Amino acid sequence: MSSQPLRESRSPDDGLAVSREGAHTRLALSGDWTTGQGARREIQLASLGAWQGETLTLELSGVEQLDTAGTWLLLRTAREAEDAGLEVTWEGLPAARRTLLEKVAEHESAPGEPPRPNPLRAFVARIGEKAVLAGGNARDLLNFLGLVTIGVVRNLARPRRLRFTSLVYHLERTGFDALPIVGLLAFLIGVVLAYQGADQLARFGAQIFTVNLVGISVLREMGIVLTAIIVAGRSGSAFTAQIGTMQVREEVDAMRTIGLDPIDILVVPRVLALMIALPLLTFYADILGIAGGAVMSWIALDITPLEFISRLETAVSVNHFLVGMVKAPVFAFTIALVGCFEGLKVTGSAESVGLRTTTAVVEAIFLVILLDALFSVFFSVIGV
Amino acid sequence: MTGASRDGIVEAPGARDGSQEDLAIRVSGLTTRFGPKVIHEDLDFEVRRGEVMGLVGGSGSGKSVLMRTIVGLNRQSAGTVEVLGRDVDRLNDAEHQQLRSRWGVLFQDGALFSSLTVLQNVAVPLRAHYRLSPRLLRELSEVKIALSGLPADAAHKRPSELSGGMRKRAGLARALALDPELLFLDEPTAGLDPVGASEFDQLIADLQRALDLTVVMVTHDLDSLYAVCDRVSVLIDKRVKVGRIAELEQDPHPWIQEYFLGPRGRAAAATRERREA
Repeated sequence: MSSQPLRESRSPDDGLAVSREGAHTRLALSGDWTTGQGARREIQLASLGAWQGETLTLELSGVEQLDTAGTWLLLRTAREAEDAGLEVTWEGLPAARRTLLEKVAEHESAPGEPPRPNPLRAFVARIGEKAVLAGGNARDLLNFLGLVTIGVVRNLARPRRLRFTSLVYHLERTGFDALPIVGLLAFLIGVVLAYQGADQLARFGAQIFTVNLVGISVLREMGIVLTAIIVAGRSGSAFTAQIGTMQVREEVDAMRTIGLDPIDILVVPRVLALMIALPLLTFYADILGIAGGAVMSWIALDITPLEFISRLETAVSVNHFLVGMVKAPVFAFTIALVGCFEGLKVTGSAESVGLRTTTAVVEAIFLVILLDALFSVFFSVIGV
Repeated sequence: MTGASRDGIVEAPGARDGSQEDLAIRVSGLTTRFGPKVIHEDLDFEVRRGEVMGLVGGSGSGKSVLMRTIVGLNRQSAGTVEVLGRDVDRLNDAEHQQLRSRWGVLFQDGALFSSLTVLQNVAVPLRAHYRLSPRLLRELSEVKIALSGLPADAAHKRPSELSGGMRKRAGLARALALDPELLFLDEPTAGLDPVGASEFDQLIADLQRALDLTVVMVTHDLDSLYAVCDRVSVLIDKRVKVGRIAELEQDPHPWIQEYFLGPRGRAAAATRERREA
């Protein structure tokens, strides 16, 4: 209430005088009738009680300031009186105020808020809606998978179609630029694995198996999954944001009308770039993960790096490395596919870009982990 | 300071003849810079109470920047800005807040809060400045929605469910929520079809008379200028040239000549004449 001291101070009187003569009531108004006074004026008018008698006269000549809020309050009072059978007359109303009164009187109250549906029903309806949406989304993604596969094959069959500059640009952005973050995180994961492993294995006097633990878990799982998740967060989201922004500015539509295929121009270079970059990043993450493990083993277990490497050679077969690497292009394809798919699904608003970007990251990480689980089952069945 | 003129509902016609120097806005010596780029240099701009002032200029001439500076969204590099008799740079927080309750701003696309319904949007300024009963809050919001020419059933819709024209009207309803003395409109007719645009012009003219508003209108729309504005300020060469349209047409500056007397300007003038005939 601190915001209207100026208007408040100028109306020390209570602004409302009632006089009754038999069936005739006269309301003489004065002072300010403005939004700032609204709360007070409403209470004043309400305190007049129910309307009785035959006529009500509203005398406004003493009013200093009148705005729509004051006008509305008076109008409301007048209508209440009319409903009670009184005849209402307005006095002291110059033309300008009459215009205001007429303007305000045009208003009709809005219909009540639409009723809220039964919560249980709404809940069930929401589940159904989401399920249908998810189903439709999966179908669209499958459709897009087909389109992109054809696009990639077409581009590889006729390499002159391939946007080479774009490919190199995305290789740099998704691969080279990711080196610091991927390297650092992989190194730290190696450190953590070695430290935790050493702690537990020392209880059995089997510290040396720390090497096996670090080697196998980094090569088979940690290196690739960690890298894929970082890339999904970094590059998958960037793909969605880039293509989405182009979609908002109708650049994609412009491409289509010119006769260029957005799949060729936007999607294929990104997919191929990521399919090249992710295996390389994974290899790099493997090395740094193992290096992290080696450093930690040296510090915590006094296993020298030389011992670590010779132990690694005997304990970890090359299959473990290959198992990790085989997954990389598949994950890369998935991440790029989802990123581009969501980007092309952006419609109209800037809001939609943000929404789609979030969805792309969540979906890509979900699919990466799901695929990783499927790979594990597959490899254990074929006994690798 | 607010007294007589606030009550200018009575004396509005007098204020519009421009004879009295009762100013709603006085900007003097304004310089605005963005990095090395100078937008305004030693610019003077005045708006009288009760008039509709159009603000025009080429793209990038700083029309919107000037408006944003007046309402305090941009800070000037030099110069003073007085709004409703108050130097905006010398106000404390409470005074500033009080000043904000006396103007309303309509942004280009309405700038409605997307998570709220139209009714809730209109109630936001009322809630922010005053403590009103829920019933009165709702009714006042409804009055403003009706004043803006929106149908009553639009009240419970969200901005995303409205057309561009309706969003502007809803934005106008929110700008009018506090019964401001001063109304700023940023490109009120941009993006509307010609029919919608002239309806909106008419609405602004009606409201200006009924509520005795002082209006500052940034626009590109020549029809709007001819239909509603009392005077027009043209932003040229980092400064302002002001006058009635008839006076500006006499100005030799090539941009002004091209603007008012080019094919579009002449067409808008002709429309105006036809309408008045």
